[in-house]
Amino acid sequence: MKVLVCISKTPDTTSKIAFKNNNTQFEEAGVQWIINPYDEWYALVRAIELKEKDASITIHLVTVGGADADPIIRKALALGGDEAIRVNTTGDDSFYIASQIADVAKQGGYDLILTGKETIDYNSSAIGGAIAGLLDLPFVSLATKFDLNGTVATITRELEGGEETEEVSLPVVVSCAKGVAEQRIPNMRGIMAARTKPLKVVEPAAVDALTHIVSYELPPAKAGVKLVAADNVAELVRLLHEEAKAI
Amino acid sequence: MVLILIDHADGQIKKASYEALTYGADVAKQLGTTAEGLLLGTVTANITELGKYGVTKVNQVSNEALNNVDALVYAKTIAEAATTLGAKVIVFSHSQTGKAVASMVSAKLKAGLVTGVVSLPKTDGGFVVKKAVFSGKAFANVEIKTDVKIISLNPNSYKIVSAEGSAEVVQLNIAVDAPKIKVTAVNKVSGEVPLTEAEVVVSGGRGLKGPENWGIVEDLAHVLHAATACSRPVADSGWRPHHEHVGQTGVQIAPNLYIAIGISGAIQHLAGVNRSKHIVVINKDPEAPFFKAADYGIVGDAFEIVPKLTEEIKKLHNS
Ligand SMILES: Cc1cc2nc3c(=O)[nH]c(=O)nc-3n(C[C@H](O)[C@H](O)[C@H](O)COP(=O)(O)OP(=O)(O)OC[C@H]3O[C@@H](n4cnc5c(N)ncnc54)[C@H](O)[C@@H]3O)c2cc1C
Ligand SMILES: Nc1ncnc2c1ncn2[C@@H]1O[C@H](COP(=O)(O)O)[C@@H](O)[C@H]1O
Repeated sequence: MKVLVCISKTPDTTSKIAFKNNNTQFEEAGVQWIINPYDEWYALVRAIELKEKDASITIHLVTVGGADADPIIRKALALGGDEAIRVNTTGDDSFYIASQIADVAKQGGYDLILTGKETIDYNSSAIGGAIAGLLDLPFVSLATKFDLNGTVATITRELEGGEETEEVSLPVVVSCAKGVAEQRIPNMRGIMAARTKPLKVVEPAAVDALTHIVSYELPPAKAGVKLVAADNVAELVRLLHEEAKAI
Repeated sequence: MVLILIDHADGQIKKASYEALTYGADVAKQLGTTAEGLLLGTVTANITELGKYGVTKVNQVSNEALNNVDALVYAKTIAEAATTLGAKVIVFSHSQTGKAVASMVSAKLKAGLVTGVVSLPKTDGGFVVKKAVFSGKAFANVEIKTDVKIISLNPNSYKIVSAEGSAEVVQLNIAVDAPKIKVTAVNKVSGEVPLTEAEVVVSGGRGLKGPENWGIVEDLAHVLHAATACSRPVADSGWRPHHEHVGQTGVQIAPNLYIAIGISGAIQHLAGVNRSKHIVVINKDPEAPFFKAADYGIVGDAFEIVPKLTEEIKKLHNS
């Protein structure tokens, strides 16, 4: 059985967010790059756990990005996974990225495609569904539990105010959220092994982006906190009622 | 025409759909066109009343198989309905349903999609929408270049407006594929306000010391008709259920009011709540980073302040 895990590169959660060139580009200077946490902790680790139970599983990783994504994909290989594919292009349109991954998926013939629930930079929650749409495969979003029983997947997914358990036959595309697996730290053996694992670079398919980021902006700065004395809770209630009109 | 997906569960229309309807109707006005709803499956709620939110017509595909969201089946049905009806803009809510199907519809129609949109588009020469990025730390203005445009609206970012009006309900005849996904169990937390839809959220952190102390949080939430939430270590320690964990790695919310009790305000926590309109922080440490992101704050002991706050709110309701 073949599993494809989609890996993206994102700024570390504590990075300062700033823009350059007239607010048209993200300021990358000084930014520490990491594997998108949802891709690493949940999608990738779950795939590794499945392989630990069933050695016949092959795990491929795919990322759409420039050569600067190589350290990230190597780090993902250090956690586990057999080989990686990097589609050598950049883009911020979900359809464009999904089309590249769908192309890789078509050629590889995967039984299971895992993504994170969203990237922590663009927060789109769009790539997984678009891949499934392009491949005409069933899609389960926001999985919090994932299990395999032969060729049937049992998946729990979040709903507003609850959850639902579903069964679906492979192949399927699943986006993974908290609960699917637990974070792991790569060990020395993994890091050494990752150096020799294949990382294949492929050129992108000719696809047009359907959207384009024109500019960025930062939210207006907060006016500063209004502190109320601990013995005057009634004043907080008055402010929330009369000034903020929030209660 | 602007087509708005009406999301529902247990026979009732979800609150986020009223926001999407109001928003879609305003987009239609801006473009000088009409707004219509699309409802897949069946509901017990009165559909004609959705006219109050600005749609003249609601198209329905009354196939009960659609009461469960199998993303592929749902997306194909929406894509076909949108094409048949000649929709130029399709509006979703960026809810669980929207996250499951909007991008699939985009792939099926090769129509540009922007998710997590927070305001009306700019339509003078192009079609540009603003979306939240970097986990609430910034916004991006994104141009949709295709003829058909798909938007999913962030919950709690557009105010619901209703007026007189009723919508005509039209049945659409679309063949619906058999679902491939079989739902085997549904586990709804009954009687609670869903976190992502809540206007007010009361949230507790490690400062509350243990699960046995959550009564004061629940009492406050109760008088405010609020949902409850928590920081990550609280969920990880099993003090509270995982679905209450907000932040970078948990649920992202944007309520009108967020009350943080005994939470330090780490950057990963803020990433899930910093789009809240008003933030109140109760913390005994005046140096807690959360005060920098707050609108109102009290420096003090939660165990004294929170019960008092509950009492004062009760007084307000009774006055
Ligand atoms: C990659 C990554 C992702 C993460 N994702 C998340 C996430 O999604 N969500 C999240 O919440 N965290 C997340 N974290 C963890 C985050 O960094 C913080 O550790 C966490 O938010 C702290 O939780 P806390 O504020 O409840 O606890 P603490 O930091 O321990 O803060 C407790 C606070 O309570 C106050 N306090 C104590 N006693 C009282 C009292 N009697 N009355 C009033 N106040 C009192 C203290 O002054 C203190 O400020 C993440 C971390 C990493 C590295
Ligand atoms: N450039 C990329 N390369 C590979 N996978 C990606 C890329 N961008 C996003 N993904 C995957 O798609 C998921 C959802 O991303 P998004 O739809 O952008 O929020 C991520 O968690 C990744 O698993």
